[in-house]
Amino acid sequence: MSGLWQTRGLNVLEFTFLVWAGSLIAGFLGALTGLGGGVVLVPLLTIFFHVNLHYAIGASLVSVIATSSGSAAAYVKEGFSNIRIGMFLEIATTLGALVGAYLTVKVPPSGIAIIFGLMLMYSASVSHRTRPRTDVEKPPDALASKLKLNGSFPDTNGIRYYNVYRVPAGFSIMFGAGALSGLLGIGSGALKVVAMDQAMKIPFKVSTTTSNFMIGVTAAASAGVYLSRGYIDPSLAMPVMLGVLIGSLLGTRVLVRTQTKKLRLIFTGVIVLLGIEMLLKGFTGAF
Amino acid sequence: MVTPPNRDDGRSFREWYEQKMENTIADLLRAGVLLSAFVVIAGAVLYLGAHPLAHVAYRTFAGEPEQLKNVHGIVRSAFSGQARGIMQMGLLLLIATPVARVVFSILAFAVERDHMYVVFTLIVLSVLLYSLFGSFLIA
Repeated sequence: MSGLWQTRGLNVLEFTFLVWAGSLIAGFLGALTGLGGGVVLVPLLTIFFHVNLHYAIGASLVSVIATSSGSAAAYVKEGFSNIRIGMFLEIATTLGALVGAYLTVKVPPSGIAIIFGLMLMYSASVSHRTRPRTDVEKPPDALASKLKLNGSFPDTNGIRYYNVYRVPAGFSIMFGAGALSGLLGIGSGALKVVAMDQAMKIPFKVSTTTSNFMIGVTAAASAGVYLSRGYIDPSLAMPVMLGVLIGSLLGTRVLVRTQTKKLRLIFTGVIVLLGIEMLLKGFTGAF
Repeated sequence: MVTPPNRDDGRSFREWYEQKMENTIADLLRAGVLLSAFVVIAGAVLYLGAHPLAHVAYRTFAGEPEQLKNVHGIVRSAFSGQARGIMQMGLLLLIATPVARVVFSILAFAVERDHMYVVFTLIVLSVLLYSLFGSFLIA
């Protein structure tokens, strides 16, 4: 797997084009399968292009902001996202992201690689779990009502109202999601959805769209730290950001028209393989 | 189905207002991304044209030069026409896009007289501004 581009050095044009094309494919598959492209960017850059881990994390984080903001229009207009839930939980994710960004300076690269490998495995496993949805009649949660988190969204048969529960649990998981985002340069959308959908009992569609909405703000909170630490290299981040942005926009367009089950399985397989490679590299100290 | 929570009389207005607000935010985000992509592409054309056959070195971490590490330096470098400075300026605009969204949300919550959410949003904004302008304070 490694050593692909090692035999002869690539010049600027070749390198930029190949990184752009790889990022485009990652963004396309990420949007198409709903797994997000950000999670495969760092392994792609470090394993195949031998980019230093810190530069890879910086470029990945920047592209995460681009996809989150670029696709917001498509999600928001459907009326599913809940702006109060998003803003309230962003207090947790941005503080977490700040802590994560500081940690990424302190944690040795091999440690980051191991955490990254575990995160990849986790993302792959969540993507195949289907959760039985039981809508039990429960009185509204006092704290959630006070924070005005309960909301509504348009459903096939009119407006559907929902209540939000277990706010402290969700808030804590969000802090963790933010920290992972800042540590690894990813959107950590999977963990954000878990916090909202599983812990806080927010309807799935509301969780996914609100999560996408939050990813950009969360990533911006670590981007400043990355910038001042010199992690964001314009010559590398340029092809990554442009590739992922175009790929994900194409992916969301195609999404409605294709059968994605098989593709999802293949992409999950790729994520598992990259996870194993990251773990191996982490444990052998190859970073 | 879940029991609808208690709603006040202004509810339908609130729903309408918030959907409008979210649509505006979405347009703002898209405009920010487009602008940033445009600046990055302009810088990329200059950068690729200047030394297309040079060799890349990303294996070891050297960090960025001082002028590409802070807001002031990036803006100055971009306006002096340096290719890498212009690309970094585009990336900075991208990072600023969610910040603009948060600023807009503060105004929107203020119009709604939702003081609690004005405070929440101000907290988020101060974390973002700290990261962009003050994060060098902790070594």
